[in-house]
Amino acid sequence: MAKQHNMRTRKKVGNAVAYTVLILISIIWLFPFVCLVLQSFRSYITEVGGMVDYLVPKKFSLDSYKFLFSGETKFLKWYGNTLIIAVFVAIGQTAFVLCVSYALSRMRFKGREFLMRFWLILGMFPGFLTMICLYFLLKQFGLTQAGAVPGLILISVASSGMGYYVCKGYFDTIPKSLDEAARIDGATRAQVFFGMIIPLSKPIIIYTALTAFMAPWCDYVFASYVAFGNDNGYNVAVAMQRWVWTNDFQGYFTRFCAGGVLVAIPVTVLFLCLQKYYVEGVTGGAVKG
Amino acid sequence: MADKKKKGKVTAAFKAIGADIKDIGTTFAQGDWKTRLSFLIMGFGSFTRKQFVRGFAYLGTEVLFILYMVLFGAKYLKDIGTLGTVKGGYDANYVYTYGDNSFLILLYSILSIFIIIAFLFIWRINVRDNRNNQNKLSVPSNKDDLKSLLDERFDKTLLALPMAGVFLFVLLPIVFMICIAFTNYDATHQSPTNLFTWVGFENFKNLVSLKTGGFGHTFGTILTWTLIWAFFATFLNYFLGMAVAILINKKGIKFKKMWRTILVMTIAIPQFISLLYVGKMFAADGLVNTYLMKWGWIKEAIPFWTNPTLARITILFINLWVGIPYVMLITTGLLMNIPEELYESAKIDGANAFQTFRKITLPYMLFVTGPYLLTSFTGNLNNFNIIFLLNQGKPQSLELTGGAGYTDLLVTWLYKMTVNDTNYKMAAVIGIMVFVVTAVISLVVYNILPSVKDEEGFQ
Repeated sequence: MAKQHNMRTRKKVGNAVAYTVLILISIIWLFPFVCLVLQSFRSYITEVGGMVDYLVPKKFSLDSYKFLFSGETKFLKWYGNTLIIAVFVAIGQTAFVLCVSYALSRMRFKGREFLMRFWLILGMFPGFLTMICLYFLLKQFGLTQAGAVPGLILISVASSGMGYYVCKGYFDTIPKSLDEAARIDGATRAQVFFGMIIPLSKPIIIYTALTAFMAPWCDYVFASYVAFGNDNGYNVAVAMQRWVWTNDFQGYFTRFCAGGVLVAIPVTVLFLCLQKYYVEGVTGGAVKG
Repeated sequence: MADKKKKGKVTAAFKAIGADIKDIGTTFAQGDWKTRLSFLIMGFGSFTRKQFVRGFAYLGTEVLFILYMVLFGAKYLKDIGTLGTVKGGYDANYVYTYGDNSFLILLYSILSIFIIIAFLFIWRINVRDNRNNQNKLSVPSNKDDLKSLLDERFDKTLLALPMAGVFLFVLLPIVFMICIAFTNYDATHQSPTNLFTWVGFENFKNLVSLKTGGFGHTFGTILTWTLIWAFFATFLNYFLGMAVAILINKKGIKFKKMWRTILVMTIAIPQFISLLYVGKMFAADGLVNTYLMKWGWIKEAIPFWTNPTLARITILFINLWVGIPYVMLITTGLLMNIPEELYESAKIDGANAFQTFRKITLPYMLFVTGPYLLTSFTGNLNNFNIIFLLNQGKPQSLELTGGAGYTDLLVTWLYKMTVNDTNYKMAAVIGIMVFVVTAVISLVVYNILPSVKDEEGFQ
């Protein structure tokens, strides 16, 4: 009896400790985001737009948000650019990845092993190595500066075939006997692919599209190189980093925060809604490598 | 042993090529006149057999190839040895004349070499196709050919576009940049006004040279930090992430989903916002310092980004904030796969929590997530975003060449070389070094991974 009682208190203490740690972790994890939102409501007109030594604004104002929509900068254009890039990259990459994964998972052809090994080796080169060459290639097609948006889409989609690992791993788990049964019934490979494999792969399609959609929002390096100072070709990351780094934009910090909130909201909501598929994708990818 | 194996592979490859050439010879010797003519006019045999689809494909390839080489490829390819000799500039009458453009010569020469190889490959297919079909009574019709692209040869249809994309936008640029590492292409040799040319291994010598102006010291510093960073970033995240996952999985903890969602916020919110913001929080005039000063805890701002050691530690800590949620997501499901009986019997045997973790949880997790650890390690070697968005590799120092700072990784250094210094030759050399480091580590680790050695181990 006493022992049981002892066990119960130990359990209670253990849980209390666990809750304390979890609450602490949650505070640390959410603190920067709370700060970001709070600072975005500080006016750059009546207060200070730059860095200050207090967190909660003296008076809540929407000035920073108004600035973004006022047309003083091309914020809406940059936002639109990023959205267009993200949507097209998500569609294109998913299509490419599905095609490659099906071919590598289901079909046995000459050079298959070689192709897989070769792409693996290519993937070990850092992406930024080829920046100048890619810039030049895009320039040949007129897809730099003002034309940076289609250029960035082209580059992201064209190289996406190499990122087939997670999707192929998923296809490998769909029993081959299903394919064979359909083929005995007279279905062609294409019919099997479109009619059977794709409908069965909803989780992995969502995972691929989601990760592809989220990447362009963070693409600063290559995007700024391709846009080359032409602000019609900027995406939000390229445009807004100036408000944080450059000294001329000292007073733009709250406007950066406001812009950041506007970018974060749709991406975060989308991610949280599709979280389930994301977890499935990363877990599968981690185990199979 | 390995050497012998390699030699065997090389000889086998040469033997295969020899056999192939012999096969082409016998095809010519034994072939009928249609086949022989197909050696010169590709697709001729196919046309005589009414396989117009194949015929046009072969003939079209040949015509396009010849046009390309005559009109375009040849004039660049002939200069590949020197990368151009005529410098552009103003003549006596101040008229600008264009000289050779080394950049274009190199790029289009590489492209032409690839096109020649591809052409030879298609030509070979054309020859084999003719030999296989010349004595057959029935050959696949045009319709069969097109149909097979959706069936037995569906892989060709599926892979055509992705492979073309990888070739043009990944392979070609990489080969080009590897070549750049052997030239003197930099700020003083910019095309189109100036020429650059081959210099052999000069740049590689410069990278490891410890003389003044050499990159040896900086390269050593940055490489060491890159490796230390990748090691700590991977394993700290791994163990702490797993600890958080175990904590949330613990029996009796409520709102499991809520805790996970809170952590996942750092994945959901684009890094360029969160990392830029957090970087600013730790700046000298950032929230952390100003509040600590206001509360009187410190007198002067803590140099989070200006002291080399402190900057490195700060980055590792902030990386926990980014990385723990990933590991937590991955390990949560896997932890639940471990059979409950194992823990119960361990408990009966009197094992404490730490012992069960070390003897049961850890071996299982290391086994299952081995591949993840490897990809995570190589990913961290090239973790551009966190370094660049947080503090751009600062603090810089006069002791380091090439604009490098103490938190720079090889990739961020490469980026600075390309964009700030336009020192393309050294950027290319560093890129190759990144590849070497990644490849060596991947190979070594891959071969000692338990899940590769022994696939059935835990099943």
